[in-house]
Amino acid sequence: MINAEQLRNDFPILHQQVNGRPLVYLDNAATTQKPLSVIETLDHYYRKDNSNVHRGLHELSNRATEAYEHARRRTAQFINAASADEIVFTRGTTEGINLVANSWAFDNLKPGDEILLTEVEHHSNLVPWQLLAQRKGLKLRFVPALANGESLDLAALDSLLAPPVKLFAFVHISNTLGLINDAKQFCALAKSRGITTLIDAAQSSGHRPLDVRDLDCDFLVFSGHKMAGPTGIGILYGRAELLEKMSPWHGGGEMIAAANYESSTYKPAPHKFEAGTPNIADAIGLGAAMDYLDKIGRDNIAKHDMELAAYAYEKLSQLDFLRILGPKTNRAGLITFVMDGVHAHDVVEIANTYGVALRGGHHCNQPLMKKLGTPASARASFYLYNTKTEVDRLAEVLHKIKEYFTR
Amino acid sequence: MNLDELYQTVILDHAQRPRNYGELPQATAFAEGNNPSCGDEVTVYVKLDANGEKIEDIKFKGAGCAISQASTSLMTVKLKGKTVAEASKFEKTFHDMMTAVTLPEYPQGFGDLQILEGVRKFPQRVKCATLGWNALKQALGGNSSHDPVTSENE
Repeated sequence: MINAEQLRNDFPILHQQVNGRPLVYLDNAATTQKPLSVIETLDHYYRKDNSNVHRGLHELSNRATEAYEHARRRTAQFINAASADEIVFTRGTTEGINLVANSWAFDNLKPGDEILLTEVEHHSNLVPWQLLAQRKGLKLRFVPALANGESLDLAALDSLLAPPVKLFAFVHISNTLGLINDAKQFCALAKSRGITTLIDAAQSSGHRPLDVRDLDCDFLVFSGHKMAGPTGIGILYGRAELLEKMSPWHGGGEMIAAANYESSTYKPAPHKFEAGTPNIADAIGLGAAMDYLDKIGRDNIAKHDMELAAYAYEKLSQLDFLRILGPKTNRAGLITFVMDGVHAHDVVEIANTYGVALRGGHHCNQPLMKKLGTPASARASFYLYNTKTEVDRLAEVLHKIKEYFTR
Repeated sequence: MNLDELYQTVILDHAQRPRNYGELPQATAFAEGNNPSCGDEVTVYVKLDANGEKIEDIKFKGAGCAISQASTSLMTVKLKGKTVAEASKFEKTFHDMMTAVTLPEYPQGFGDLQILEGVRKFPQRVKCATLGWNALKQALGGNSSHDPVTSENE
């Protein structure tokens, strides 16, 4: 078990008042707060080690390069990749997906091929495929979401996962529903039919253990800032034999072996995917975030988040003016709801005056919200530093909001 | 931050009991406003007189936050019976009230539209208040179509 009250001391930002009340930060699915150890790592890097990587021969450059490549090895260990060469630094989940779309999928998919997605994907795992489909004449198919977003239609998944589908790209944990997909089973099924897999782990990487070899996926992407790390850094994991054959996406410095006026040769993966000066500081910061999470234990974090979500579900279910979206049980650490007669933006605006930070809108899930019959919803999402007292506070504030609008 | 500046009683009243709500079968023009990032939608219908100079009737329908719905409701109440020229002037004034660096001079009869002045202190919500007005501008511009206008770039 983790002691959230105690862990809060590691997060300086949480100790402030917003609109005269103690901040209750429940927007962790959008971005999480950063522990002091991550902030200090960034501070130390810029004070002592800042330099460009991979090409300097001086002391600072050696230090920066070592710290940057250490973060890559640390990431490989964090997700149990076979080698650090399978770890590409990106700007985040979105860039990782775009990289796979523009490199692997662009080279390997032919007109008429299909990409299977689900109806609960974040726009980041939808729009890159739409862009590619338009350029290459591909077709997108979707595993339907069942009533109220409680689950995916697994029977439909079974029948859709077949030729001419070449790639199955799916979200591990839905940022809108809190639905947890059985990623291991999905990958096994896809693999047995010769279909390549990509897992969007944006909402899972900081919340539960991830083991790419156990999941047996081909690609997995996530962002640093949703797991106690800095913004602007993310990870693309790719199976070595795939990365080796893939063309570069961005060209520039750092990624070439030798350059000529007419053509160039490229470094091996992962460096051929990292053109230009990379985000060195934040990669190192992400490594520090991984250390922090593993010190607490990702199993413990998963348990804590899910316990809070279950508690919130129980508590908010008692409010008869709310409609809660997503699964009733086995819910990841978030809860999304619609208040009768009150638009989500009004809910979030008023919650803010009580110091409660929620998210309102479509959560980058516009087609899903439309399917669920509501243009917008409000979401509370939890992390290791949230407490049951904060969930109680949320419930109280929702009561007040309802009263405010029916006065 | 004083929430009541944003959600005044009149605004909440119009949000819960919108006036002139519904379709207008005899409309001579209409336009749709849509802010997809919020999920706010309004369609504004106007019926002009035979000369095309006066707003004989105006209605709207839609769904969205309290500000977008109340602002559009208040607009319809204000503009019914006004000339197109007056309506355009009010539209411009309303827009300035929301987004101009300094507050505009309020024309005669602008009256309780000023209730929404407080919204300018909530920059994220300005687009909610201007959505119905943007749709009106589109409709009065003679561009009736199903292509919605947006106010997300205010």
